[in-house]
Amino acid sequence: MNNPDTAQAEGTSSHPQAATLEFRNVSKTYPGSSTPAIQDLSFEVPAGDVCVLVGPSGCGKTTAMRLVNRMTEMTGGDILLDGRSVRTRKPADLRREIGYAIQQIGLFPHQTVAENIATVPRLLGWSRERIRARVDELFELIGLDADEMRGRYPAQLSGGQRQRVGVARALAADPPLMLMDEPFGAIDPINRERLQNELLRLQARIRKTIVFVTHDIDEAIKLGDRIAILKTGGVLAQYAKPAELLMQPADAFVENFVGADRALKRLSLTRVRDIGLWDVDAAAPLVLVTDDDNRPVAWERDGARYDAMTIGRDEVVRDALSDMLRSEVEYGVVVDENGRVSGLLSFEIIHAFLVPEAEGVQA
Amino acid sequence: MTSTPFILAQSSGGFFRNRSGETDSCVENNGFCPSWIVHHIDRYVSPFWQHLFLVVVSVAIGFAIAFALALVAHRRRWLVSPITQVTGVLYTIPSLSAFFILLPITGRGSTTAIIALTAYTLLILFRNIVDGLDGVPEESRDAGRGMGFTAQQLLWKVELPLALPTIMAGLRIAATTTVGLAALATYAGAGGLGDQMASQKEFISNVAVGGALCVLMAVGLDAILLLAQRLLTPWARARTV
Repeated sequence: MNNPDTAQAEGTSSHPQAATLEFRNVSKTYPGSSTPAIQDLSFEVPAGDVCVLVGPSGCGKTTAMRLVNRMTEMTGGDILLDGRSVRTRKPADLRREIGYAIQQIGLFPHQTVAENIATVPRLLGWSRERIRARVDELFELIGLDADEMRGRYPAQLSGGQRQRVGVARALAADPPLMLMDEPFGAIDPINRERLQNELLRLQARIRKTIVFVTHDIDEAIKLGDRIAILKTGGVLAQYAKPAELLMQPADAFVENFVGADRALKRLSLTRVRDIGLWDVDAAAPLVLVTDDDNRPVAWERDGARYDAMTIGRDEVVRDALSDMLRSEVEYGVVVDENGRVSGLLSFEIIHAFLVPEAEGVQA
Repeated sequence: MTSTPFILAQSSGGFFRNRSGETDSCVENNGFCPSWIVHHIDRYVSPFWQHLFLVVVSVAIGFAIAFALALVAHRRRWLVSPITQVTGVLYTIPSLSAFFILLPITGRGSTTAIIALTAYTLLILFRNIVDGLDGVPEESRDAGRGMGFTAQQLLWKVELPLALPTIMAGLRIAATTTVGLAALATYAGAGGLGDQMASQKEFISNVAVGGALCVLMAVGLDAILLLAQRLLTPWARARTV
């Protein structure tokens, strides 16, 4: 507890490990409704992964999320948290073990920021000292000044600060699973981008299992380790990793939902080293001149030399393409972290990557 | 409560009008006489406390009943409408008729007055408590449930604190209104400032002092409740950045 870095592993937490989550043939039909809101939904989220539920409005993504902590009761199937059915748990106990953050945030206006963050630890009966230490730790985690913010009321915070406090409150008891329902939905695009990046950084540190609901496919692709696309009526259209979703949409609905620019989205998800580079000889009649350490010096053709543009192996293809377009070159020399030649990138390779079936088409 | 015989005795003699000893033409003319008021203010003390007693007890009992009804109606929404209608009917019965209807049952005295005055507060208090609970932001409620509050915890730790400003507003209206209505408690034989005023209703000084004390009591109760509200809801004044 004295060291914030190890608190996660030993001190404040009652559930230090991330949990696995499994939907098993889950269905939900609201009373008085003839059509189900969720139909036969099955998927598994490995511990520590971010699973994004995405789909058009009315597809049941929020309902699906609320079934997990029994804010809505399922009518069929089962949901297993670390292999244990949520049906066997008392709802209040279950919910105290699951972080809960919603779009409207729902901070308590009559409590200070510190009291808001301490909500679940207080419900769990933690000691004063433990709560105080945990709250300070969370202020640090979400990048707000504890001494300045502690005594403020929610009405005295900006939208972005409120959102951070909402996330801190959801994380307070260090739950093994977090549910987040469009937490950035009401935030302007610039701040949304920042909060998304913060969440990714945070997640790299805390490694929770997260179920994240959004209607924004770009947000889903950016944040998700896995994405579940739902159709109207709560039918699972596809459950896959983002790259797979972009490369192999299961049906026309997914293809349409993912969008016409899905090809470009794929380019930002793929590293240069992963797309089947050519050997530099393929650039003939251009010849690559290298130094003794195999670092590129220049292109040579008929005795004339041209600048050789280099691309790092770990860059995303989208950035590489952008650089190539800007430099008006046909080839990019791909180099490793030491600057040594490791392959050749051409427009033709990128084209083939985007349109796998279009073999032999000239770039 | 037991001041009734005392006040009746007062109204039987003329001597008390002029305890100051002066032969005052102002008093003879039933006028507004500051000097008389200064010398006779003590006779209003006991009726004042009796009046306050009637108000505080009636509002307190009324609040207890309205609070219980509102909590029941909060869980069973369909009860809101019938409870509003019944308390609404109670509210429209003229207080005088209420006293006269109750007299044969409960007799003359504070009990009769308190029953009628309590009935009067129910509509205002019930409506304000229900409105206050309804005004709790749905997202606070959802977040509270989602974090594992039980229904009871949610009520006491989230919903009622957030409903407090509206509930206190209701209490302030009820207290102020009841101060005025309690002036009629004299017809139930329950004493109070109304008794004092009725004892010499043609004497302007007397009526003016009684009336002024009622106003003072109403303003004082309102101020106390307002202060309590401010102390209990520091968050309500927190400004948006």
